[in-house]
Amino acid sequence: MIDVLIIGSGGAGLASALTVKERGANVLVVGKSYPTASQTSMAQGGMNASLGNVTPDSIQSHIDDTIKSSHKLCNNQMVKQLCEDAPNSIKWLEKLGVPFDRTPKSKVAQRQLGGASSKRACYAQDYTGLKILHTLYDSCLKEGIEMLEEYFLLNLITEDSVVLGAIFLDIVTGEVKEIRAKNTIIATGGYAGVYKGFTTNSEGATGDGIASVLRAGGSVSDMEFVQFHPTALKSSATLISESARGEGGYLVNSKEERFIDELLPRDVVARAISAQIANGEEVFLDIRHLGEEKLLHLMPQEVHLCRLYENVDPIKELIPIKPVAHYSMGGIDVNNNLEVTGLKNCYAVGECSNAKIHGANRLGGNSLLEIISLGRLAGKNSVGGDCHRTKNNEQIYTNQLQENQEYIEGLFEEYPWERNFYEIQYELGSKFYKYAGVVRDNTELNNFLNELRVIKADIDNMGIGDKSRENNTNLVEFLQFKNSLEVGEVLLDSALVRDESRGAHYKRAFPNEDDKLYRVNSLYWIEDDVLQNRLVKVVD
Amino acid sequence: MTTIKINRQDEVIEYTIPFKSTTLLKALFHIKQQEDNTLTFSSSCRSGVCGTCAVRVNGKEVLACSYNFQKDDLVEPLAYHEVQRDLKVNKQKVRETLRTSTAWLQSHQEANISTTQVQLTEKQTDCILCDSCYSSCPVLEVNPSFIGPFALTRAYRYTSDPREGNIQAIVDNIQTNGIWDCTLCGNCTEVCPQGIDPKMDITMLRGTATQFGYTDPNFQAMDFGFGGGF
Ligand SMILES: Cc1cc2nc3c(=O)[nH]c(=O)nc-3n(C[C@H](O)[C@H](O)[C@H](O)COP(=O)(O)OP(=O)(O)OC[C@H]3O[C@@H](n4cnc5c(N)ncnc54)[C@H](O)[C@@H]3O)c2cc1C
Ligand code: SF4
Ligand code: SF4
Repeated sequence: MIDVLIIGSGGAGLASALTVKERGANVLVVGKSYPTASQTSMAQGGMNASLGNVTPDSIQSHIDDTIKSSHKLCNNQMVKQLCEDAPNSIKWLEKLGVPFDRTPKSKVAQRQLGGASSKRACYAQDYTGLKILHTLYDSCLKEGIEMLEEYFLLNLITEDSVVLGAIFLDIVTGEVKEIRAKNTIIATGGYAGVYKGFTTNSEGATGDGIASVLRAGGSVSDMEFVQFHPTALKSSATLISESARGEGGYLVNSKEERFIDELLPRDVVARAISAQIANGEEVFLDIRHLGEEKLLHLMPQEVHLCRLYENVDPIKELIPIKPVAHYSMGGIDVNNNLEVTGLKNCYAVGECSNAKIHGANRLGGNSLLEIISLGRLAGKNSVGGDCHRTKNNEQIYTNQLQENQEYIEGLFEEYPWERNFYEIQYELGSKFYKYAGVVRDNTELNNFLNELRVIKADIDNMGIGDKSRENNTNLVEFLQFKNSLEVGEVLLDSALVRDESRGAHYKRAFPNEDDKLYRVNSLYWIEDDVLQNRLVKVVD
Repeated sequence: MTTIKINRQDEVIEYTIPFKSTTLLKALFHIKQQEDNTLTFSSSCRSGVCGTCAVRVNGKEVLACSYNFQKDDLVEPLAYHEVQRDLKVNKQKVRETLRTSTAWLQSHQEANISTTQVQLTEKQTDCILCDSCYSSCPVLEVNPSFIGPFALTRAYRYTSDPREGNIQAIVDNIQTNGIWDCTLCGNCTEVCPQGIDPKMDITMLRGTATQFGYTDPNFQAMDFGFGGGF
């Protein structure tokens, strides 16, 4: 029997897998895409560690910056542990062969990202995530770690809140299968994809793992906190990395006037841009003064993306931009051991989880750190203690496999085709952007939440037009859409409840932080088919 | 309005796209979401880094997310991959070449790495595993076991890493169906969306192999018995 089943093969999943393997347990990694197609490949800017290779730095400064950015919503203990482990995590990646850039003294090169008090982000040009992910992948091949591709997580298998494994749709064959394991790690990535059309995220960032935890009776938290990246290309929402500003790029309006300190935290910069746009200004990123040579060496990818998707040459022209949804701070609620609240033998790590590292706002460069450092921690914890004590659970019968098979079967048989879910998905995406975006308002949130609930109740009038069993991407996209509705509902509800402004969550009518009422993590779960919530005070 | 043609195995179907040229991926999504839910293709990041959406247009490999379609383009799945459906191919088998070539860090040694040394394989490590090069390689037509360009580029990337303590292990594993089977035609280099030059990497690997005492077996085959036994 499998000791540890890892669902999701991005950076967090692969870092966990290597650690489980290192510790001699057997591991299976399952993902809906090929590992190298995971969103981790998109990370450009860098990964934080207070190495002080370029400017003086200390672990304490890294901790302080992270806590400050979190607006008092983080777990100080977790932040301390993460920042202390950061140099080790870089060392570990170095040992696997990650080709980080170097300083003239042959040390790992580091650059400035917003909100950091030092040049702290280790990078590999602007392909940091790509090179980390591919090196992890090569290492997994080397270690003979089994990876199943194109397996879509449908549901966790549970018995008395103990997770026994999970049920998957094998996308290639169309079969619904179960995989049992002593312990399960969920590493399925974030949910900023619900802002369809207004997000830097990949198409699969629909919060599948988060939705599956809700359905299994586990808890999620702080879902209202979604980070907006200030600089995405105006027409395609493609990210232009923060390093463009870190290296000295300016933000200017139609009059070519600067209006904000570009290196302030993302939420502040995003709101300043939004205010300009609301005033009828267009906003641009200006990197022309950095010069062709520097741009081509330090940001070749950015230059390429601008030319391709926006039809501008950033060496000579201004780049039109808008802020878009970029990172989900909230997610599956976990304790300090990364165990999922409300479930047993189940861990969550990476962007799908809320390990209370980022609080109300993530510091750029901390999520690559999180997926490596906590990815390794999840791997370590999942083979400790419980794993070996858990009995072989293959014999425990549940009817969940059959239920899932019947559900998928039903989708093939019925298809009223009354509503095209793709159209609704885009429509909802723009409404999420408008009503649950950079600036929020209770009436708008409330109306939109009601609308979303009506759509959710109408899901049976949608469905799939493609009836082939094999390689049915229409089916996969429908299942993702369904997950995004479930996750989106919690996002809106929690945004509605939090009557204050904190980090990435900003309400026009409540512009200040209200520590007395809202220095809390908002916890959500489903009980008797009803969404429940509780605000949990943050303790120092 | 533009028409494009898609090779869907049983037939080539013509579609009318109601907007002016934009990325091919947008056109594919339009067809799938508005006209025919059954059109099947792969994609993920929309920004050219996940390596998922490579297809052939008029016989040449492109990333659908990074190519602006033209009137009457013929879109087909990658070559030398098992076509699963329409434009979706099985990359699993092709990924096996990474295992065959053992393209990973074999044995880590401490090393001081300079900026110049990073730059040496900066391009190679930009590889997104899109399989375009593999699809363009004529050797696969005659030898399906050929390791192919991207795995060899990756092998080269590790042999040139100052941290690699056992270059020979990689070199040993790319002899059979490997570096000597390449005809140096340069197709791979031409289609790589990341500007990688696998042909050059293979040439470099041949140089390294020579240092480890390997010789070009093609020469040996032509060598009428002189060099055989020593
Ligand atoms: C454009 C961009 C730039 C970024 N730049 C930076 C940066 O410079 N620095 C930084 O620190 N962070 C950055 N981030 C954030 C960072 O990249 C992510 O937070 C991080 O990579 C998430 O890793 P992960 O392993 O948790 O998830 P992912 O990499 O998203 O992986 C999720 C995995 O789960 C699988 N999965 C999902 N759903 C299912 C399902 N239903 N069934 C089976 N498998 C499933 C997916 O296939 C995938 O393999 C950036 C993000 C984006 C989008
Ligand atoms: S140069 Fe070699 S590897 Fe590249 S396409 Fe030609 S034969 Fe194949
Ligand atoms: S070498 Fe280039 S063409 Fe080949 S897989 Fe890598 S990125 Fe694609």
